[in-house]
Amino acid sequence: MPELYDLTITEAHDLLSRRQVSALELTRAVFDRIAAVDDRVRAYLTLTEHMAVAEAMAADKRIARGEAGPLTGIPVCVKDVISTRGVRTTCSSRMLESYVPPYDAHVVERLKTAGAVTVGKSNMDEFAMGSSTENSAFFPTHNPWDLDRVPGGSSGGSAAAVAAGECLFALGSDTGGSIRQPAALCGVVGVKPTYGRVSRYGLVAFASSLDQIGPFTRSVRDAALVLNAICGHDARDATSAPVETPDFTASLTDSLHGLRIGVPREYVPDDLDAGVRAVFLRAVDQIRSLGAEVDFDLSLPSTEAGLACYYVIAPSEASANLARYDGVKYGYSYQEGATMWENMEQTRQRGFGDEVKRRIMLGTYALSAGYYDAYYLKAQKVRTLIRREFDAAFARYDAILTPVTPTPAFRLGEKVDDPYEMYLSDVFTLPVNIGGLPGMSVPCGFVEVAGKPLPLGLQVLAKPFDEATMLRVAHAYEQSTDWHARRPAL
Amino acid sequence: MPLSRDEVLHVARLARVGLSEADVAKFQQQLSQILDHFEVLKRIDTTDMPPTTHTLPLESVMAADEPRPSLGRDDVLANAPLEHEGYLRVRAVLEE
Repeated sequence: MPELYDLTITEAHDLLSRRQVSALELTRAVFDRIAAVDDRVRAYLTLTEHMAVAEAMAADKRIARGEAGPLTGIPVCVKDVISTRGVRTTCSSRMLESYVPPYDAHVVERLKTAGAVTVGKSNMDEFAMGSSTENSAFFPTHNPWDLDRVPGGSSGGSAAAVAAGECLFALGSDTGGSIRQPAALCGVVGVKPTYGRVSRYGLVAFASSLDQIGPFTRSVRDAALVLNAICGHDARDATSAPVETPDFTASLTDSLHGLRIGVPREYVPDDLDAGVRAVFLRAVDQIRSLGAEVDFDLSLPSTEAGLACYYVIAPSEASANLARYDGVKYGYSYQEGATMWENMEQTRQRGFGDEVKRRIMLGTYALSAGYYDAYYLKAQKVRTLIRREFDAAFARYDAILTPVTPTPAFRLGEKVDDPYEMYLSDVFTLPVNIGGLPGMSVPCGFVEVAGKPLPLGLQVLAKPFDEATMLRVAHAYEQSTDWHARRPAL
Repeated sequence: MPLSRDEVLHVARLARVGLSEADVAKFQQQLSQILDHFEVLKRIDTTDMPPTTHTLPLESVMAADEPRPSLGRDDVLANAPLEHEGYLRVRAVLEE
């Protein structure tokens, strides 16, 4: 049997239900694992062991009463951009270093109702802006497959925690790839649901038309179980979609017969990394062998503008959202200035890191008088074009396959001085947020770099609110391989 | 460079972000490089294309007009940098 901390949710639930292990034992095993590896991985900013033990004991009572759900007693890690009542929520920023939310996010309420055990809060790029977790104001997180490499970002702590056995599943947020990209680089499953599927109440806002919460897990079935728990309408988020949540496990089958799948040529360019190309094409072949009809004759021509479109829209929205950090209501506050304005400018100079400042300034510029039409309005029109191309594609196909990332995990420090180079690591994930589609990463193989195996992810996309088909494709593929069962040697 | 030093200072002032001298030079160079890559947008024909602000077919979502409990004052003020008799304390906005 694998170690307790390496179990899937499904396996752990089975052991808990049969009373072969207690939630308290499972929780202790996870905290022991954290004590053994987290000084090297550095996935966590805050551990909530005291609370976790109380939640585990409550879960054991619930299991004894025969009232356990699939997540009861399961240890979870929550990205530090998601509000937790009474537990500091920093967004990996000096600005919120000592901020303690007075309320729980909707998803945290849902996890508590389900009986999950909160292990702690994970490291991230500051305010979810970044692709490597190196923009954390506190410390970088390390990739469990190679500690000299990044785990991806911005939800790098959550992805690394799942890969390293420091929780059984995690929550993250995805604005341009921040769940899928670190999931791919850490070799775990990561899902960005359709925009509107999960309430953003209590998610600290970055770019409100793009942000979405989703799970990191060790199997597609586990991701479906977490989605069952966190999806659903919530009146406290005006962009929460009033749609029914199906049982996402119901669509998981081993066959893909009858499905039409497209592979857009813009996502497999001639200069794509050779290792990424080979692994991706092998995964596509495997999916064809499972009965799907695969077609390479698909073009999404506006893809080349996706990155620019995103980096106008997301920073514009961020510049408005982050105006709230003024040193008055909460968070870091500089008090020594001669005037109110000096205090505010110093608060923001000292409280924000470079990437956050860059994006606030970029967005402020794109929205400013004289540039609004050329940048912001133009990007919104390109957004319509990108959406329509996806709509047309999904009239022909049930799902779309692409690589998640253009390369495997890069070395710590490799891209920190070149912001644009860093932005390129999300080139295959950004258009999905622009279109509001569901997208996910499922482990699809490894490339060997400098003697170490580095994982890669297969991106599966479906039309809005058709997570069921996306999960079906990912599950059937996963079950025909053993990539998801491999664990890093730590 | 598409962005002048004065424009960097103007944008920083609009956003109320203080910058050091070194920051001004660094951001001028980095933001200019990023803006250069935005040129691709100009090549895309968006004639007659309406803008997308968000992707859901939802408009003007209204909440039911029902009273419900809000956060307690003490809970909210617990995070306040400066507090005075149950209020947020701020620096004078208008000077004499």
